[in-house]
Amino acid sequence: MDHEEFLQIGEQERRRQAEYRHHIHVCMAAGCLSSQSDKIKTALETEVEAHGESGHCLVKGVGCMGLCGNGPLVAVPSEDVLYQGVTTEDAPDIVKNLGKGPIRHKHCPTDIPFFKSQHKIVLENCGRIDPERIEDYMAVGGYQAFMRVLTELMPIGVINEVTRSGLRGRGGAGYPTGLKLSTVARSEGTTKYVVCNGDEGDPGAFMDRSVMEGDPHRVIEGMAIAAYAVGAHHGYIYVRAEYPLAIERLNKAIRQAQKAGILGQNIFGTNFDFSLEIRLGAGAFVCGEETALLASIEGRRGSPRPRPPYPAAKGLWGCPTLINNVETFANVPAILRNGGDWFAKIGTKKSKGTKVFALSGKVKNIGLIEVPMGITLEEIIYDMGGGIPDGRRFKAVQTGGPSGGCIPADHLGTSVDYESLSELGSIMGSGGMIVMDDGSSMVEVARYFMEFCMSESCGKCVPCRVGTALMYDLLTKIAQGHANQSDLQQLETLCDMVRSTSLCGLGQSAPNPVMSTLRFFREEYLEKLADTELVKE
Amino acid sequence: MYRHFTEIEPPSDDKRWRIVNATMRRHGYHPHALIETLHAVQQSFGYLDDEALHYVSNSLRVPLSQTYGVATFYHFFQLKPGGRHSCVVCLGTACYIKGSDQVLERVAEAYDVQPGQTTSDGEFSLLTARCIGSCGLAPAVVVDGDVIPKMTPENVIEQIRRITGNGS
Repeated sequence: MDHEEFLQIGEQERRRQAEYRHHIHVCMAAGCLSSQSDKIKTALETEVEAHGESGHCLVKGVGCMGLCGNGPLVAVPSEDVLYQGVTTEDAPDIVKNLGKGPIRHKHCPTDIPFFKSQHKIVLENCGRIDPERIEDYMAVGGYQAFMRVLTELMPIGVINEVTRSGLRGRGGAGYPTGLKLSTVARSEGTTKYVVCNGDEGDPGAFMDRSVMEGDPHRVIEGMAIAAYAVGAHHGYIYVRAEYPLAIERLNKAIRQAQKAGILGQNIFGTNFDFSLEIRLGAGAFVCGEETALLASIEGRRGSPRPRPPYPAAKGLWGCPTLINNVETFANVPAILRNGGDWFAKIGTKKSKGTKVFALSGKVKNIGLIEVPMGITLEEIIYDMGGGIPDGRRFKAVQTGGPSGGCIPADHLGTSVDYESLSELGSIMGSGGMIVMDDGSSMVEVARYFMEFCMSESCGKCVPCRVGTALMYDLLTKIAQGHANQSDLQQLETLCDMVRSTSLCGLGQSAPNPVMSTLRFFREEYLEKLADTELVKE
Repeated sequence: MYRHFTEIEPPSDDKRWRIVNATMRRHGYHPHALIETLHAVQQSFGYLDDEALHYVSNSLRVPLSQTYGVATFYHFFQLKPGGRHSCVVCLGTACYIKGSDQVLERVAEAYDVQPGQTTSDGEFSLLTARCIGSCGLAPAVVVDGDVIPKMTPENVIEQIRRITGNGS
C-alpha cells in the first residue's frame, strides 16, 4: 500500500462517519460487556432501524469509557451526553431523545472532575473508536506516525525523539524507554525481537486490559515503531490467557494490519519487515518479570534468571530483545506524532507524561483514569474518585499491587511520580490504585498480599520461596493474636533479608506491603500482639 | 524453524486432536510451542490428562518431566476435568477489599466443596482467580463463563443457580 492509498482509507472512513447525523457509542469493554452491553447495542440498532434512522444514526461499539463502576455506559458524543447503568429497556428512550437533550434518570454528568481532570494520551481513542475496525483507527490518524517514521526518520531519529520525551517504563520500574531502545539498537546481532508485556498480573489492575481491548492497533503501532528503531523484525505480545477478549481483538487487529500491509514485508514500500504474534500467558504472576516472561515465550516454566545479561543484550533465544509494557508502547505513537518535546512538557521534572490508573476499592467513582504525572493522590481519590462512599473514613490507598505499599491519609498530598511514591515505601507499579476505608485491617491486607507472593513465588531462589512462607506464617500468627514482640522482630528481619537477597523483583518487593503497613500502621500490629501489655509497662 | 520429525499418531481418532496438531504444525513441532499446544489441548478437551501430556511431549520431543513441570507450574492449566458447571470467585485486591472472601466461603459452604475442587457428582467446580480485571464490578464471580457483578454472601447462591439452572 502506498501513502496515498493509506491516507485515503482514513479519509474515506471520516467521510463515511460524517454522513451520520447522530452517533451512539456503546462500551464493549470487558466490564460493560459482562453487564450485557452487547445486547444493549443490538437493542439500539433495532430501535434505530425501527425509526427508519439507519442512514442517519451510527451505533458503534467502542472500548472502555472509563467509569466502569457505573456501567453499562452509552455515549452520544455529538451531544456530549453520557448514560450510565443503561439497560436494554432504555434503548427506545435514548433513540427518541437524540438531538433533544439527555434522558434525565440515566444521565451521567461529564463535567465532573472524574472526566475533566484527565489528560488522555494512551486512552485518547479508548471509548471513541471501534477497536475491531482498522479503518476507524486510521480515521483518527492511526498508523500515520509509523508511516512517517518509516519514510522520513532514521532509527536513531526515533530513539532521539523517545529519549527527548523522557518516557519511562510504565510496567512499574520506570526505566527510561529511550535508553532501553538505544541499548537494544546498539546490541550486536542480526536477529532481534520486540516483546510487549501484557501479562497484567497485579490484582486490582486493568489498565493494560482496557488498552488492548479498546485500542489494540495503538499497541501494534507502538511496537512496530520501536521495532524499526532497534532493528527488530519480529515481535511477540504476551497476553494473559485470562483476557480472552483482549486476545481476540489483538488477533483481529494483527490480521487487519497484515491485510493492509502495515505488518509483513516491505511495509509502506520501504525495505522494513515486521511480523507480530501473540503468546498466551497461563496464569503465573512471576511472568510479569521480564526474564520469566521470555522463558515462558520459549515454552518453558516462567522462572527468572539472574541479570545481567539483560534482555537488551541477551533475551529471547539469546538474541537482543526489547521488552516493554503495553502502556509504554501505547505512548510511542503519540510521541512520534507530536514530538518528544510536547510529551516532556506534561508531568513532573523526572516523571514525564501521563499515567493510567485503575481506581477501585472503597471509592465512589470506580474506573479507569489517565492523569498527568504530578497530580496528588488526594486529587485522584477525593476530586476524581468522589471520596469514600457510605460515610466511611479513608484509611489507606494501595498502589503497585503485591509489590507496592499502603499510603495513609497524612501523605495524600504526595505527588504521583516514580520517586515520591517509592520514598513512601510504595511504587508507581503498573497502575492499580485501591482505596481502603476504616473497615480494612492493615495486618489482614499485608497478609493477603503475602499469601499472594507466597503462592506465586516460582520457587527458584530460597529467600523468596522460604521467606515468603515464613512471613506469611508470622502474619497469620499476628492476625490471630498469638504472636509476641519477638515474632514481630523476626518479621522485620525477614523483610529485610528477602528484599536484599531474592533473585527477582517478585521476591525483592514482596516485603513492601508489610514494611509500608508497619511503617504507617504499626499500632495495628502492636494491638494484636499477645504481650503488648508487657511492653507498654 | 523447520525441524525433521516423524509425526506421531494421536492417542485416539477424536477430531479435537486435529486442532492440537494444527497448533503444533504451525510452530514447526518446535519445543517452544509447548505452552501454546497445552493451551490448545485444554481449550479442546477442557483439561490435560496423562495421555495428552504424553502425546504432546512425544510430538514436540520435550521430556515428559518438562511438560509435566510446565503443566503444573502455570495455574491456568487443569490436570483434572472440571465440573459441568463452574464458579470462579475473584480474589483480586478490589474484590477482596469488598468482601470476596466471605462470598467464597458462602459458595464453598452451600455446595460443600473446597476451592479448587469439584463436587463428587461432577456437577460443580469451585475455583478462585487472582484477578479477572473487572475491578469496577467488585466483588465479581464468573459462572460458566459469565461475569456476575457486585456479589454479596446473601445473593451469590441465587445468582449462581440462576445461571446453572440448578434448583437444588
